[in-house]
Amino acid sequence: MTHSATSFKVDYYQFIGVDGHPVPGVKVPAVAQDFDRLKKLYELMVKTRIFDKKAIALQRTGKLGTYASCLGHEAAHVAIGAAMREEDCFAPMYREYGAQFYRGVEMRDVLMYWGGDERGNDFKKAKHDFAWCVPIATQCLHAAGAALAFKLKNQPRVAVSVVGDGGSSKGDFLEAINAASAYQLPLVLVIVNNQWAISVPRKSQNSAATLAQKGIAGGLSSIQVDGNDLVACLWAMDEAIEAARSGQGASVIEMITYRLSDHTTADDASRYRPDDEVDAAWEREPMIRLRQYLTHQGIWNESLEQALHETAQAEVQASVDDYLAQVDTQPQPASAMFDYMFDSLPHDLAEQRAQAARFEDEGGQH
Amino acid sequence: MADITLIEGVTMALARAMSEDEDVVILGEDVGVNGGVFRATAGLQAKFGAERVLDTPLAEVMIAGMSVGMAAQGIKPVAEAQFCGFSMPMVDQIMCHAGRMRNRTRGRLSCPMVLRFPSGGGIHAPEHHSESPEALFAHMPGIRVVTPSSPARAYGLLLASIRDPDPVIFMEPKRIYRWQKEHVEDDGEELPLDVCYVLREGTDITLVSWGAMIKETLAVAEQLKERGIHAEVIDVATISPLDMDTIAESVAKTGRCVIIQEAPRHCGVASEIAAGLADAGFTVYWPL
Repeated sequence: MTHSATSFKVDYYQFIGVDGHPVPGVKVPAVAQDFDRLKKLYELMVKTRIFDKKAIALQRTGKLGTYASCLGHEAAHVAIGAAMREEDCFAPMYREYGAQFYRGVEMRDVLMYWGGDERGNDFKKAKHDFAWCVPIATQCLHAAGAALAFKLKNQPRVAVSVVGDGGSSKGDFLEAINAASAYQLPLVLVIVNNQWAISVPRKSQNSAATLAQKGIAGGLSSIQVDGNDLVACLWAMDEAIEAARSGQGASVIEMITYRLSDHTTADDASRYRPDDEVDAAWEREPMIRLRQYLTHQGIWNESLEQALHETAQAEVQASVDDYLAQVDTQPQPASAMFDYMFDSLPHDLAEQRAQAARFEDEGGQH
Repeated sequence: MADITLIEGVTMALARAMSEDEDVVILGEDVGVNGGVFRATAGLQAKFGAERVLDTPLAEVMIAGMSVGMAAQGIKPVAEAQFCGFSMPMVDQIMCHAGRMRNRTRGRLSCPMVLRFPSGGGIHAPEHHSESPEALFAHMPGIRVVTPSSPARAYGLLLASIRDPDPVIFMEPKRIYRWQKEHVEDDGEELPLDVCYVLREGTDITLVSWGAMIKETLAVAEQLKERGIHAEVIDVATISPLDMDTIAESVAKTGRCVIIQEAPRHCGVASEIAAGLADAGFTVYWPL
């Protein structure tokens, strides 16, 4: 060797420890004192977890096709949503409900989507956000394209996408990093590293010390944060989005968390994952930590917690009732499968649509 | 104005579309300073700037995926795959997203993008430079597949494809990029999509083809004429959706039909046309 061509490091940030106290010796960012914001996000985390539990129950009772739980990811997810402006663009994967609820996507929409009804993707708010995206990591390039569109149109908007630890292995993710670097895009790519890609553990994706360093390879600012520490997630997102909006380029944030649930309701994690690992992960989960922190700060107490659970339960139940009513009383006709294929229906689909409508009129089941 | 070739018709349509709509953006490998390896985008970066004629990193999935993202957020991307074989990494983004954006969101988002690439063989190029993947793309719901066979149709159909509010795969028959020249007025007039073009009227047999094979098909029609057989020649032009009405009407008139296809036979466009003719009551003999 004659000289080092480059060197890099990946910083890890945790501000609120597992005990709910600020980490000793670490300078805590101002957002840790923004109690209005933290309280609001805690409330959203609780509501999201109650929704999550209810959605699984719906699937278990045959009222939902399948469902991808967000249990344990709540801090990471709500931080992503809370750091974005309304006009920014979110390209989710498929379990970031906390981020989407913050942006105005309705619980009923989530249920409709997982119930197989495309109307769940017709958001009433966040109307420019992308829909849920099941082909892994492909959404990263949609966000990169959105970011390029904003840049070309001189709009001060930022695109944000999320990928998992498994998704970080895909070319789409790496090509999004590369594009963000080539075009200096206003883009934030978040790796929500929950340690498991269905049954494949993080270590089987690759032997790199971090996933964040993939961003560094592409020339992006890249860090790791404790994905169970809302303050760290929020601070990192705020910083990355501000940098992107002010023309300083894209970032990669790896949020280290843990998938406390099965991959989806179609999965059984006990087949491949030791119980003691899950038990240990529960010790680090984000909700109790934040609640303790807010309690220590005098912001939260048991009666607020009680009241929150009651209102959240009622809100979730109302959404479920709304979903079930829509499914039962207003199913889409079979012909609706053709109606949104094109701006105006081509002749061949018009013919097929007429056949479907005729079949239905004659009493065929849909 | 001098007569132009098919590829010059492409360039002229791109320039026209960019002039009339500032949201039209070209992206691809070597499309900028170099003007594309076939020169389809020659001069466009100089005219419209590097922000509207974007050289991309060498990453086909990125080109397709970002085009989907741009198209959903107010830009009209006209992406280029350098060769037909290099469109294959893009299939995931085209099949799973470009064709489904509107349907998936019940019309909330859409994907008005064009993916252009030189298609077909016959230029003594290596593997992955000679594919005819029209049937592959035609099988994808939500996608139009268009291929011109003359300078005028290159201009008119590409303009229509760029203005169309839905995704279009625009396959350019590279073997006839410079085969013929004709006068094409740069008047911004598009040609209709979703219809076949009757290039030559006849009474005895219908010859159906598209893309570069139109060259041979027209030559055969000329040879048949010398033998007193009057062939009707149909350029399919829009592979998907397929205009079976025009083809079936012609065959009803002539009573005979031959379909000429460069692509692999199995599950091909010719098979689809033959099935359509069978459905219309004609007897189909195999092989086509």
